[in-house]
Amino acid sequence: MRPTGVLRLAPALTVAVFLGPVAAGMLGTLLPAFGYFPALGGAAFSLEPWRMLLADPAMPAALRLTAGTGLAATLISLGLSVAVFAWWHSHPRFGALQRLLSPFLAVPHAAVALGLAFLIAPSGWVLRLLSPWATGLARPPDLPLAPDPYGIALVAGLVMKELPFLLLMTLAALPQTRPAETLAVARSLGYAPAIAWLKAVLPRVYPQIRLPVYAVLAYSLSTVDMALVLAPTTPPPLAVLVLRWFSDPDLALRFQAAAGAALQTGLVAAAIAGWRLAEMAVALAAAAWTTGGRRGSGGSGIRFSIGAAAGTLIAAAAAGIVGMLLWSVARVWRWPDALPSRWTWDGWTAGFGEVALPFGNALTLGAASGLGALALALACLENEDRTGRRPGGGVLWLLYVPLLVPQIGFLFGVQVLLVATALDGSWLAVAWSHLLFVLPYVFLALADPFRAADPRFALVSRCLGAGPDATFWRVKLPMLGRAAAIALAIGFAVSVAQYLPTVFAGAGRVPTLTTEAVALAAGANRRVVGVHVVLQTALPLLAFAAAAAPFPRRRREGRS
Amino acid sequence: MTAQRLLAPLILEGVSLALGRLRLIADFRLAVPPGEVVTVMGPSGSGKSSLLAFVAGALPAAFTAGGRVVVGSRDVTAEPPEVRRFGLLFQDPLLFPHLSVAGNLAFGVPSAVRGEERRRRVEAALAEADLAGYGPRDPATLSGGQQARVALMRTLLAEPRALLLDEPFAKLDAELKDRIRAFVFDHAKARGLPVLLVTHDPADAEAAGGPVIRLRNGS
Repeated sequence: MRPTGVLRLAPALTVAVFLGPVAAGMLGTLLPAFGYFPALGGAAFSLEPWRMLLADPAMPAALRLTAGTGLAATLISLGLSVAVFAWWHSHPRFGALQRLLSPFLAVPHAAVALGLAFLIAPSGWVLRLLSPWATGLARPPDLPLAPDPYGIALVAGLVMKELPFLLLMTLAALPQTRPAETLAVARSLGYAPAIAWLKAVLPRVYPQIRLPVYAVLAYSLSTVDMALVLAPTTPPPLAVLVLRWFSDPDLALRFQAAAGAALQTGLVAAAIAGWRLAEMAVALAAAAWTTGGRRGSGGSGIRFSIGAAAGTLIAAAAAGIVGMLLWSVARVWRWPDALPSRWTWDGWTAGFGEVALPFGNALTLGAASGLGALALALACLENEDRTGRRPGGGVLWLLYVPLLVPQIGFLFGVQVLLVATALDGSWLAVAWSHLLFVLPYVFLALADPFRAADPRFALVSRCLGAGPDATFWRVKLPMLGRAAAIALAIGFAVSVAQYLPTVFAGAGRVPTLTTEAVALAAGANRRVVGVHVVLQTALPLLAFAAAAAPFPRRRREGRS
Repeated sequence: MTAQRLLAPLILEGVSLALGRLRLIADFRLAVPPGEVVTVMGPSGSGKSSLLAFVAGALPAAFTAGGRVVVGSRDVTAEPPEVRRFGLLFQDPLLFPHLSVAGNLAFGVPSAVRGEERRRRVEAALAEADLAGYGPRDPATLSGGQQARVALMRTLLAEPRALLLDEPFAKLDAELKDRIRAFVFDHAKARGLPVLLVTHDPADAEAAGGPVIRLRNGS
């Protein structure tokens, strides 16, 4: 069962499409960071960019803000996710969590950020609902709320997006650890449900969600789109500062920016290494606690607080989007009215010309990068099946590379590469830059169902005279139809949410809903922002709905 | 049905199988004449299913194998499963869930058979399995016995040179087991197919009526 020529190249092609640019981009960022960038007159290596970077007055505060918000968001997301499982896993309706949370995975970061900003801004929904009866305010207060100087809004926005992600990742990893038996044993030994989960299940689940946790850490430390909406601006977090320098008309700042991008990568690497050490320390400390015999009891107060905190965050994410939907059809929405007093479709009708291009770009980029990733993932998995060689655990780390390396750390290098090949600013370049981030998710979504498929179906097909290719197209792929559709929807959603790759590879000439929404956030026209956010949220949700919709069935007589 | 009758025996010559350093089968010899059933029995782990996979041409890459598989005078050892054309039946019917009953049967019909003749063969197979009119149905709505009959008809429509049966009756309840056994063996005999049956159920071997070979662990 030898794979045919093209298929045998699939893994190599995938790595080339995928890791090559990341490596080249990092190199293309590192060289200018050390002064080498001939196009801008940097002909010799030097440490001057680093001196400029470290001498920049914004740096100390930017670094503190970055580290503080990134670590806080990751700790809160993980802590709350673990707490929800420990204290709520025994709830009879806990299984419904998956269906409740899945839509949140599809909502772009930028949409959550814009929704949250609308909720907690001085003129936002929360103060509207509390005024004037509780606050005594007759007009929006002049308070720095979103963004606030401490990055609290940014942390809240990050947690709103990462908490559902970690909950779903844990939910997906749980079955492998067979928690039901473990919990039954621990409970029979007298352990309270929450303590039983923390002592007996968590130690085995955590290694399964380690990579997703690192991805959350890396993202939280280096987000640009959420920070542009929710973080303070003087100074902003490091990634935003670096982006500002990269886009500065003063080309000399490119060197400093490249050094900042390299520092951002180093910061994330150090944070992941530090997190790993902390994991070991916690494991060591927890060993004594686990076997110490404390069984725990009661704790209904804790249970309620955890549920309330997680529920509020998730409800706020949904409320923010609903608020933007209202803004998109509001003609007059006076403060402190809870709802608009006059309505209009202008944003959708007259305003559609404005949104048509970003909408079309988001749609075609999502479809192209999603389908491209699906084809590559299928080719790799089919090749793996035919050669009988399953890649080791190292490959999983490779897949996570684009999710662990900060985007700002290599996208400048990618842009240099694109300029050199005269591809920068083209739709194709943006589609390909999206593919880098879409492929890991599509592959991870498809690999398990593909590998779990009963190999006897393919064997029966072969014995009935269908060759390997016919078997793939006529048996394996149709039987994987649902999983492939969901993987495609995930890829589509990931593409729609991309901000930084679109900015860099598109050179500002390929606007999408996400880049436009973030660019408009600072402006005053909330109706236009609302239209963008609603479309940006609706596109991925519709893709998921289509993937989950029942396929046309044959006659199912004798069955409901 | 006008299945070609090749009437050639299935011959295994000096077959050996190993999983890593674990030798499962050594110098195994066997000839199955057309229209006869040879039963291979052995406990689980004796390598009987792997032997069948080797004969079918689908031995997982983790195994190493030696020896030859011959049909009549033709050595098929190097051929992929789709060229060997050995009908393979498992204890699960493995009807393709994305195809209708008729779609599953049509999957078996050789691609050279086109148009009306193709449809006619599917209809004839349905009638032969006592399932006339069930063509458009979802296979999941059929009973276990009906699914087993469709699985056999699908295999026979592909005009196999031999039948390989991997515990095909193990999941059927007692009364159904006798009927399906008779259905499979009668059809194989009528077509003059050599049948290699792998089982751990002595009743299967008895019903097959042919020679019985017993594998021991590491024989």
